[in-house]
Amino acid sequence: MKFNLKVWRQKNANTAGKLVDYTIDQINEDMSFLEMVDVLNDNLVRKGEDPIAFDHDCREGICGMCSMYISGRAHGPQHGATTCQLYMRKFKDGDTIYVEPWRARAFPIVKDLVVDRGAFDRIIAAGGFVSANTGQAQDANNLPVNKDDAEKAMDAAACIGCGACVAACKNASAMLFVSAKVSHLALLPQGEPERNRRALAMVAQMDAEGFGNCTNTGACEAECPKEIKLVNIARLNREYANAAFASETQI
Amino acid sequence: MTGSTKNTNYLLGSSIGRKFLMGLTGLFLVTFLLVHCFINAMVFFDGTGALFNEYAHFMGTNIIIRIMEIGLFAGLLAHIIDGLWLWKLNKDARPENYAYSQPNANSKWYSRSMGLLGTLLLIFLILHLVHFWVPSRITGLAESAVPGVHDLYAEMFTVFANPIIVAIYVLAQFSLGFHLLHGFQSAFQSLGLNHTKYNALIKTVGIGYSILIPFIFALMPIVIYLRH
Ligand code: HEM
Ligand code: SF4
Ligand code: FES
Repeated sequence: MKFNLKVWRQKNANTAGKLVDYTIDQINEDMSFLEMVDVLNDNLVRKGEDPIAFDHDCREGICGMCSMYISGRAHGPQHGATTCQLYMRKFKDGDTIYVEPWRARAFPIVKDLVVDRGAFDRIIAAGGFVSANTGQAQDANNLPVNKDDAEKAMDAAACIGCGACVAACKNASAMLFVSAKVSHLALLPQGEPERNRRALAMVAQMDAEGFGNCTNTGACEAECPKEIKLVNIARLNREYANAAFASETQI
Repeated sequence: MTGSTKNTNYLLGSSIGRKFLMGLTGLFLVTFLLVHCFINAMVFFDGTGALFNEYAHFMGTNIIIRIMEIGLFAGLLAHIIDGLWLWKLNKDARPENYAYSQPNANSKWYSRSMGLLGTLLLIFLILHLVHFWVPSRITGLAESAVPGVHDLYAEMFTVFANPIIVAIYVLAQFSLGFHLLHGFQSAFQSLGLNHTKYNALIKTVGIGYSILIPFIFALMPIVIYLRH
């Protein structure tokens, strides 16, 4: 297969970037999008040019590193998939494909397609954990959790922190990510002691990082590779209301 | 962690708090529109306008309603200021836009255009207040056949003699309809009321409201224009 690529090239955070045209040929339809970029980079290196910088790690849809805004969509046109799980057969031969980095004030560009998602780490550090020492793995039924809650917590825990929700949202809001992390722990007994503090602290950090305000457009849910649902955002809103207006917790 | 008071401005000082305010004021306006629509619908049932004038007289003179009117202006103002503020904050959250984007693949255009639809509504509201609220409450209107009762219907009759004004009123209802098509269910989501038991109801009532209320409002200027 043959493609015309328009890739965002930017030296570093302080210089302006621009879209650069590349053409690439002899791409196998079963290559992943990242493998296609590997081939392109190989060509560039052979020509003595600077290869395109992009993030990746696991290449199996679990690490959340491979952030790319492809053909106007976060992680491209494949529903429920990261860039590493997007295959070239999803495109038509001869397609023109735009490749841009995540765009958000809170995700500054490091180089080309690489952005700094440290803001997510700082949100987690603000409260996305349980500080009680849990010791060794317990006997499975020691701590009874109702099946329904366990399922919901597990679904929320599937979030890989990829940032596609922020990238797709017109407001660059991180609500889906934060709501997944808050929901995951709020639904389980282990999360109970720090429940109020967590909701307040993580939301405060999210705001401080400069993410936008959620307006419920649903773009995040539609683009999330792990299919995290909007109900989590409603749950976060409830958790926040309870912590802010009903509990005595202050941060 | 304990005892210290870093940020206690949970309403206006946080993104979620600002959305609570947005949802609360939005639903408050939704309630107001229902009453407003019901009262104005009296013009359909009485071609002389006497029935409408009677209801309008009650709304204009009843002390409880007059106090609520202050609340209404405050709520509307809070909604507008908070809305425009959110719009600005959200624009700032993405300083550089995508060169190529396909937002229709993941969301509805009207859900992304609440600020624009709201601004159109605001422009319409100013015009609307100048047409009816200002003469009724400030500059004064002529008496109707019933002594002591304003002839607000006559004012309507005059305003809607102009087909351009009629067209503006009808078009404004489209802004309202789309604003509510997203806003109605969005307000419940903002308030954390997204629940498997009630979602279908919220959705259905929201769609019904967003179509029916603007439709009835749009019918009023048309019907009155046709009575000339
Ligand atoms: C009678 C008039 C109006 C009604 C019934 C109404 C209703 C609503 C409702 C129910 C919401 C959803 C709240 C939420 O998502 O939590 C909303 C949001 C909003 N409204 Fe209004 N509104 C009206 C007028 C206006 C006006 C005049 C503006 C002017 C600028 C405006 C701007 C906005 C904005 C920016 C949002 C937030 C967008 C979002 O959250 O997606 N609205 N409105
Ligand atoms: S909620 Fe979904 S899109 Fe957002 S960071 Fe988590 S996995 Fe990625
Ligand atoms: S490289 Fe790990 S999710 Fe794509």
